Amino acid sequence: MAKDRTKEIGAFAAAPDDNLIICRCEEITKGEIRSAVHDGMFTLTEIRRYLRTGMGLCQGQTCSRLVKAIVASELGVTPSELEPAASRAPMRPIEMRILARDLGGDQHE
Amino acid sequence: MKRYDLIVIGAGPAGLSASIEAAKRGLAVAVFDENAKPGGQLFKQIHKFFGAKEHKAKIRGFRIGEDLLAQAAETGVEVVLNAVVIGLFPEKEITVKIGSDVRHFKADTIIIATGASENMVPFEGWTLPGVIGAGAAQTMMNLHGVLPGKRVLMLGSGNVGLVVSYQLLQAGCEVVAVCDMAPRVGGYGVHAAKIARCGVPFYMEHTIVKAEGSVQVTGVTIGRVGADRQVIPGTEKHLAVDTICLAVGLSPMSQLADMAYCAMEDNPRKAGYVPVVDEFGETSVPGIFAAGDVSGIEEASSAMIEGRIAGVAAAYRLGFIDKTALNAQVQELKPALSSLRQGMFAPESRGKTITKTEEGCAISENLLRVGFIAEDEISRYPGVTKQKGVHPVIECTQNIPCNPCQDACPKKCIRIGSQITALPVVDESETCIDCGMCVASCSGQAIFLVNEDFAEDYATVTLPYEFLPLPPEGDKGFALGRDGQKVCTAEVVQVRSAPAFDKTHLLTIKVPRDMAMKARFYKAEV
Repeated sequence: MAKDRTKEIGAFAAAPDDNLIICRCEEITKGEIRSAVHDGMFTLTEIRRYLRTGMGLCQGQTCSRLVKAIVASELGVTPSELEPAASRAPMRPIEMRILARDLGGDQHE
Repeated sequence: MKRYDLIVIGAGPAGLSASIEAAKRGLAVAVFDENAKPGGQLFKQIHKFFGAKEHKAKIRGFRIGEDLLAQAAETGVEVVLNAVVIGLFPEKEITVKIGSDVRHFKADTIIIATGASENMVPFEGWTLPGVIGAGAAQTMMNLHGVLPGKRVLMLGSGNVGLVVSYQLLQAGCEVVAVCDMAPRVGGYGVHAAKIARCGVPFYMEHTIVKAEGSVQVTGVTIGRVGADRQVIPGTEKHLAVDTICLAVGLSPMSQLADMAYCAMEDNPRKAGYVPVVDEFGETSVPGIFAAGDVSGIEEASSAMIEGRIAGVAAAYRLGFIDKTALNAQVQELKPALSSLRQGMFAPESRGKTITKTEEGCAISENLLRVGFIAEDEISRYPGVTKQKGVHPVIECTQNIPCNPCQDACPKKCIRIGSQITALPVVDESETCIDCGMCVASCSGQAIFLVNEDFAEDYATVTLPYEFLPLPPEGDKGFALGRDGQKVCTAEVVQVRSAPAFDKTHLLTIKVPRDMAMKARFYKAEV
């Protein structure tokens, strides 16, 4: 359904609220998200890699639901038909210097 | 690597309840929480909780938090704060950021109790300073003693929007309006009535067109929405506000469950993407459980019971208790949980239009449209009677799971019965002694003591009052109606405060006799 890449979704049509910021951390607008769908980004994972939505400080806590709704509406499906972007560690923003100091699983305390 | 029998992620109501039950049964339990203080959202909840008397109803949220922390300490639960769990792996290993290290811990069972995050809604100007989540407003007021603003618009009429609006009023803010795209108030009618009688207007079928201001919020434009959920041109209305609070729902923070390969589902009845769990809260990965909002948005009361069930189940899974003990304990908790899931606000009722109570009384349409019960609607409810002398008038008109009032009355004037969602009935054969216990026990502040025979031509109304400063006896001002409009002049004849009332003060006002069923709030003359 959402992954059916042969599906014709028509051309991108500009809308008055295209300048509305959706992902605040990375400052991605509604127009950029909608046009990314027309560029062929049909899944939330692709959108994330293409635009960096949800990859900023809040890690998608604020915008992932909003991005999902925009992509779904552009594809003409319901949001629940879209698979959420993969969840993986680190689940919260973390400084690289700390991530690099992973003490590992075999350390005994 | 340090090992535990049980690792709980999140020290909120569900996580703490789970860890206490497990530790009581002998498990070595650690709870990790990313915040500096434990308790999740409980310490922001300064209001009295609804529910069953046996399960912490009429107790204020932060007191429940204090109680859970004390029990956790007593049972030997290790609570690790400022500990950010950044990974959960199917072999029940977690990675945690503590200080400037990433540490690994392992347990034989894991309970995910990470709660939820607030939903946001984008509109022109939504990134301006002054647009905040309702939860953020609560954190500022109730944890840090900081006013979020002076004039506030609340978007969202669910329980969070209504409860936080009331707390904003208590903190001294002006709540300019509650606005919601839905045609009917989403939260409990009693919560709506509590703020409506303070004069807060409800704009149903309205949404925000834009937040005004260049560097911060200086106002808001709202407008009426049509059937297509778009604003109808020409209906826009400007309101001068400096703060816009968003209370448009919560989403489960279930990413850790997803990461551990638990089977997930997008379930609108649970308000989002949640792990699939069985009756014990166990996910598809054996030994990994989920409890509280992370497995479906509900109230803190149900989160605590879910947590307890998961804690007991983890003890069973590791052999600390046998099957008989598990069943006996879960059988005790299940009915409490299912009773909280009944009534017109139950998950099962989401999206349904309910027009009659379980008793067959017509629901107040006014309450749903503008937040208060109309005068011609009030007499149809079983808690509203006309008697000689002082008697309770219970303006509780929707089936919600709550029953502390029936045990509050020492004379047994108030009856709910075994069905916890039933409307309270005032028994006219029993005599009210004006003790006020029912007024203070009602978490919805919906009980009044009315005496139409106070003096010739005068009646008194005793009402719950949770604002400071308290007006002194003899104070003169105005009585406000259910709609928050002045109905007559009033004099405070008695102010009662007692430890048993738990900070709900009882104000008795004297009003002309024909105002006895109209006067529902007091405003001092300024």
